[in-house]
Amino acid sequence: MNINKKKLLSTVSTAVFAILSLLVLFPVLAGFLASFRPGRELIRRGLSINLDFSTMSFSNYTYLFSWNADSKKYFMWFKNSMVLTLLSVVLTLIICYFVAYGLTMYNYRLKNVLFFLVIATMMVPFEILMLPLYQEMIDLKLIDTTAGVILPGLCSASTIFFFRQYMVSLPKELLDAGRIDGATEFGICVKIMMPLTKPAFAAMGILCAMGSWNNMLWPMMVYRSSHQFTLPIGLNTLLTPYGNNYDLLIAGSMFAILPVLIVFLCFQNYFIEGMTAGAVKG
Amino acid sequence: MKIKRIFYSQKAAPFLFVLPFLLSFTVFWIYPLFSTVKMSFQSILPGQIEWIGLTNYEKLLKDTTFHTAIRNSLTYMFFSIALLIPFPMFFAVLMDSNLVKAKGLWKGALYLPALTSVVISGTLFRLMFSELPTGQMNVFLSFLGKAPIPWLKEKGFAMCALLTLCCWRWTGVNMLYFLSGLKSIDTTLYESASIDGASAWNKFRYITIPLLRPTTIYVLTISVYAGLSMFLESFMLWAGNSSPKNIGLTIVGYLYKRGIEKNQMGYASAVGLTLLGMALIINVIQLILNGTFKKEEN
Repeated sequence: MNINKKKLLSTVSTAVFAILSLLVLFPVLAGFLASFRPGRELIRRGLSINLDFSTMSFSNYTYLFSWNADSKKYFMWFKNSMVLTLLSVVLTLIICYFVAYGLTMYNYRLKNVLFFLVIATMMVPFEILMLPLYQEMIDLKLIDTTAGVILPGLCSASTIFFFRQYMVSLPKELLDAGRIDGATEFGICVKIMMPLTKPAFAAMGILCAMGSWNNMLWPMMVYRSSHQFTLPIGLNTLLTPYGNNYDLLIAGSMFAILPVLIVFLCFQNYFIEGMTAGAVKG
Repeated sequence: MKIKRIFYSQKAAPFLFVLPFLLSFTVFWIYPLFSTVKMSFQSILPGQIEWIGLTNYEKLLKDTTFHTAIRNSLTYMFFSIALLIPFPMFFAVLMDSNLVKAKGLWKGALYLPALTSVVISGTLFRLMFSELPTGQMNVFLSFLGKAPIPWLKEKGFAMCALLTLCCWRWTGVNMLYFLSGLKSIDTTLYESASIDGASAWNKFRYITIPLLRPTTIYVLTISVYAGLSMFLESFMLWAGNSSPKNIGLTIVGYLYKRGIEKNQMGYASAVGLTLLGMALIINVIQLILNGTFKKEEN
């Protein structure tokens, strides 16, 4: 291929992605610009890119941080989301790590059966189980509790699967070395193998955190009292037909993306690694 | 002494490690699955549970709202797959070539929608697909000299809005799936094909597509599930679970309506199990056609 033709192709390909990225960023950009305008304009005009800077101000954001009743409500949701995310990430990672360890590091007859069961849980979409689970939570008196939100998701099949994929390639000789030194099986798992699995923890931690931060359906069913609401549920309650809360809604929505965005920009590779792990061998 | 021995036992250890999964599997998977099967044969009113056999399923056969929901979910699934496999695959191949500059930037931008909650993206799209002439989509139309469209009030347009939201959220993610699949293809295959004088199209057709198949099957399988069980997107686009003439009603939306809003757990369970049956059948057929099971037998 001659050089000019290659240059042209390269420019065209890069342009394809530039246009695509612009299209993708468009709604977020429109939302971002709208967050500097009065919320009632969203009701009156819908959302569009509007570059009329004269009507823009920081008033939605000053309102968001004004620490009045609305602002306090918003940051309560924010705090609830933080706590829920932190709790569910820490517990999910630890439990899934142990399960994956049990499914990888030993040879026993039921191993493949157990692994098959893990995969089987992926075959039923959560949406089908949510109704009986909801009933179960009522029976167990776990409705309106954080335990009720977190417990059903702790043994996440995809997280177990990812840990397993990662651990299969770790040297098993280390286990025997540990045994000779007199470590317990649990000690080997925690003190020897866990540090070697750090990258998997990072990748899965970030992915779980994002999932939990954005999770809406199940928390919305479990939480009933408004002081428990997380960001997605809380923002959803602002969507009244009267639109009297759109100032808070639009600024709050943009601010809610920020934590995930920061984490993403810092750990972009972990995101991609964690997400695509199942696709190649799975 | 005995307790201490357990900590050193290599026979007991794996089961202790797997124990949380077994508990969670029993309590949060097997039990609800069985109870939803059981409930689907019951009529459940507060304090009054009655076995009614297949009546719930018979009612579903005649329930036209449910048929609308199935039609909507199947249409959504079909088009989301038709859009979200070929295009992301093409973008991934392009991204994998050394033609594109500043790859990290584009990858980051395309992944961004996956970071946002459906509440936020759904709200943004609802406002963009506003019926007002000043909503973004109608602004685009007016550039093209077309009259504004009441996007979320008519069937075909409503599906367009749902699919636009779907493509917006998942194009980047699926592209990354295909990219990771491409990374596992041996580059020497392309080199030897080049030496044999194969064209770019033939290389794509005879090397890339066949070797990407595991990834394609994976994406296809999860897309069938995701497409059929879509709910929140429609919930957010119409700010609640009701759209005019049920144009945005999905199977899960109907399950939610019956089970949570109307508290008819038995009927809703029958809806859920019909959905599960459909998802499994479609995926099994798809996997057989793709020859996945055959490969495992060999």
